[in-house]
Amino acid sequence: MAQYIIKRLLLLPFLLFIFSIIAFILIQAPPGDFVTSYIAELAASGSAVDQAQIDALREQYGLDQPMTVQYFKWMGNILQGDLGVSLDWKKPNNELIRERFALTLALGVFTFLITWSIAIPIGIYSATHQYSFLDYFFTVFNYFGVATPTFMTALVVMYLAFKYFGISVTGLFSPEYVDAPWSWDKFVDLLSHLWLPALILALDGTARLARVMRANLLDELKKPYMEMARAKGMSEWRLVMKYPVRLAFNPLVSTIGWYLPLLFSGSLIVATVLNLPTIGPLLLRALIVQDMFLAGAIILIYMFLAVIGTMISDILLAWLDPRIRMEGS
Amino acid sequence: MSTNLAPPVSDPQNLPPTGDEAAVVLPDIGRDAEAIYVAPNWKLVWWRFKKHRLALVSGIVVIFIATIALLPEFYSTLPPHESDSIRSFIPPQRLRFFAGDGTFLYVQDVKGQRNQKTLMMEWVPDEEKIIPVKLFARGFEYNLLGLIPTDIHLLGVENPDSGQKFHLLGTDRLGRDQWSRLMFGTRVSLSIGLIAVMLSIFLGILLGGISGYFGGTTDLIIQRLIELLQSLPPIPIWMALTASLPRDWSVEQTYFAITIILSLLGWTTLGREVRGRFLSLREEDFVVAAELIGCGKPRVIFRHMVPTFYSHIIAASTLAIPVMIINETFLSFLGLGMRPPAISWGVLLQEAQNLQSIALAPWLLLPGLAVIITVLALNILGDGIRDAADPYS
Amino acid sequence: MNNQQPLLSVRNLKTYFSLDEGQVKAVDGVSFDVNPGQVVGIVGESGCGKSVTIKSILRIIQKPGKIVDGQILFRHNGDSMLDLTQLNAQSEQMRQIRGAEIALIPQEPMAAFSPVHTIGNQIEEAILLHQPVSKQQARKIAIERLREVGVPSPERRIDSYSWELSGGLRQRAMIAMALSCNPKLLIADEPTTAIDVTTQAQVLNLLRDLQAQHDAAIIFITHDLGVIAQIADFVVVMYLGRVMETGPVDDIFHNPQHPYTKALLKSIPTVTSESGSRLPTIEGAIPHPFNRPAGCPFYPRCIEMMPGTCNTSTPSLQPVTDTQSASCFLYHKQTDDE
Repeated sequence: MAQYIIKRLLLLPFLLFIFSIIAFILIQAPPGDFVTSYIAELAASGSAVDQAQIDALREQYGLDQPMTVQYFKWMGNILQGDLGVSLDWKKPNNELIRERFALTLALGVFTFLITWSIAIPIGIYSATHQYSFLDYFFTVFNYFGVATPTFMTALVVMYLAFKYFGISVTGLFSPEYVDAPWSWDKFVDLLSHLWLPALILALDGTARLARVMRANLLDELKKPYMEMARAKGMSEWRLVMKYPVRLAFNPLVSTIGWYLPLLFSGSLIVATVLNLPTIGPLLLRALIVQDMFLAGAIILIYMFLAVIGTMISDILLAWLDPRIRMEGS
Repeated sequence: MSTNLAPPVSDPQNLPPTGDEAAVVLPDIGRDAEAIYVAPNWKLVWWRFKKHRLALVSGIVVIFIATIALLPEFYSTLPPHESDSIRSFIPPQRLRFFAGDGTFLYVQDVKGQRNQKTLMMEWVPDEEKIIPVKLFARGFEYNLLGLIPTDIHLLGVENPDSGQKFHLLGTDRLGRDQWSRLMFGTRVSLSIGLIAVMLSIFLGILLGGISGYFGGTTDLIIQRLIELLQSLPPIPIWMALTASLPRDWSVEQTYFAITIILSLLGWTTLGREVRGRFLSLREEDFVVAAELIGCGKPRVIFRHMVPTFYSHIIAASTLAIPVMIINETFLSFLGLGMRPPAISWGVLLQEAQNLQSIALAPWLLLPGLAVIITVLALNILGDGIRDAADPYS
Repeated sequence: MNNQQPLLSVRNLKTYFSLDEGQVKAVDGVSFDVNPGQVVGIVGESGCGKSVTIKSILRIIQKPGKIVDGQILFRHNGDSMLDLTQLNAQSEQMRQIRGAEIALIPQEPMAAFSPVHTIGNQIEEAILLHQPVSKQQARKIAIERLREVGVPSPERRIDSYSWELSGGLRQRAMIAMALSCNPKLLIADEPTTAIDVTTQAQVLNLLRDLQAQHDAAIIFITHDLGVIAQIADFVVVMYLGRVMETGPVDDIFHNPQHPYTKALLKSIPTVTSESGSRLPTIEGAIPHPFNRPAGCPFYPRCIEMMPGTCNTSTPSLQPVTDTQSASCFLYHKQTDDE
């Protein structure tokens, strides 16, 4: 087991290295460098463009140097914990991202917990009560859950909340806490706002997961070990929970690998609609105004989260399934 | 000495799960058994599919939506780009039957009042006036399928010269007819999904097939590539790629760039599936048997292997289209995908991006319903095809 | 031995499966007795209802299957005969019988063990379900049982997963689990089909030895006549959900009465048969379950079929010699039709 984990962890820096190259190419993709767009922006706003200042900027980011040099300069700074400066916000990226990153994580993890705690009971119920009324009901619910883009749910919820309760459900904090320093009250305030976007985000995942759980469990319920456990004299409920549910969990855990990253980056759209202070809307704005170092930093963070998600699911799977564990060692 | 009583025919549960002849265990056996034994695979799939009522209905819905994508001009009532700033935010005008004066089909006219406080035009139904509507009415001129010039529309005002207009789904900020825009958006959104999936299938089959058939180092490299692409977070990557498309590109250029970007990450799932199929099929008895009786490689692949999974690929692509549609919709919704003057569902929903617009004109959310219905229908259809094609998995 | 009261008496058992397409009469009026310490072999082709019969006895038939008629009388706790069909399949009493008094040795030990639980975990579970012992004691008993069935170094093997063991060891572990609570009746469902021939013999010998030691009765299901000859005392021949013939093993092999039994025995290759000669087979195919013939189920393939009799009414199982019974109009006129 330990060997398996170490093997996976050794892969991490390698993956991140490749991802950082992809991220770098992505932020280099727009035509012209960001200083050009910065000058255009300055010119458009009527400010004077100082050639010396431009040259200083170009030199600072090594823009006059070859791509590889630029890449290593960028990566070198990031490895030292410096994500660069946002030209749009005129602030260090670290400062912009820090709190929003924590909130992104909180939203993702919270949504994840909601998804699993709703989807698994639904999946178990549907599989053990196949073709019952509730099974059909959940099946319909799942189809709609998958078919509705999360931002549509967000828009509809926003509209209904406004129309029937006259409230605006945007943001993650009440106005008085937005700029306040962290305190217990602020945390409670966060929780009171976090559940709604988390629920909206969880809809799609819950639907998918419940379907996966139902299908897996239905497969497992037909296996001969079920008959054997029955023949041992186990009660039906106990044996369903001990064997098929346990086995159906394995493929479910492997969904964490794609679901967790999807949650972090998928929350981006809902966050934009509901105006949540996560890194998603920051990325969107950075991409639109071509604030490429900020965009690059955020994309790198998303990639990092994705790799971590895959890693967690691999390790959990090895822990749950002795067959995979043995294979690894 | 052990002596087996080999059963003359194996019992139905033990039939092998693959192979064209294997799928013969249909419940309505009995007298039709003979017909089932000789039926080709696609016929068996169709028989099974027919039993899935909901999938059948979804198939019809999908075909209907596809006709909209082919003939948006015919279904629309007004030119999609025609704006009229006075007539902004008109609420939807419902189609009604049998007016008092004997008109069969009509809508209630609207009248505008300027709100004294906000100075905004507010449109209310005009109880007095009705606009007679007729089927196959004359409207703006267009070329059907880009070929046949005509001016016939499914719905239109009875008297085109009266200057009357009606808006089944209301109008937007610029007074454009939402219904007609939705029809045109259907063409773009649906075709992007379809083309992106076709590109993905092409890439997936090509690379997955190469990987699964040749094995060895080739397989290893392609496998690692798939794993790498799959562990990338797709949404930020798509956003970054679409954001880097030059602003001055034409609608067509953007359109094709977006389909390519979407399929760039989308082919991996299919590629993996195709590879897995190839690998497991190589071990199957009927493939080994075909090789042993001396079939050439191409014959083994195309006569024996491919037929066992092309229905599976159809199912997988039917299920992939809605994913692509949702992806295009959210990219355009965020302002990174199709851009005005192009019309797609995402572009339409962009008008409903903030609370102010929705509070003022909730009908701007209706294109979302089109997304949901389309995705729902395609998903159910895809599930139905998959169940019919692959009853054992 | 035959004067004793039977341990298990199956009377006219009928288990049907209601499917959308119609009813499958998987078991259609099966009767036989199992005496204490006796090995009863049930033999028949795939789909003849032998597995459904034993699942009915264990009351683990799943929907849409249902016992529709008949009795399963089991000598429970000494003398009283308990009709298992009258119990709720999920009741406490039935669950106490399953595993403790009637235990199952399944067909494929690979699939019957959960791959993510150790075999020890699964054997201990069976012990803890039926015996008032602690976890440590259960583990001790499990190790003891594994040793008894010939698993080498059981202290270590107990923590293995089923897929880490060889086929023979896996089946031994299964037998250890079945024996863990000293059942009075062991039901072995083709326990040797999934393992290779040399190991088969070992497992069969093991079963015989254990049966003698524990004085348990065994119902042994197989489609392999060779295995039946090796292990059974008494044979029940089944075809399409019905019993064709019953009798002591020697009489069945040397003096078969029913045409089906005769045909089966003829289709066994022997060392004396001339090389190059065709092995006789039974003509025709087993009818589809939805398409069962009226009358005797075997008549379409029977060479001694009597038109007007065999295809109109169903013969019942009647004694035809001192020791054997057969369902065949060649010997009697008793029908089973209502």
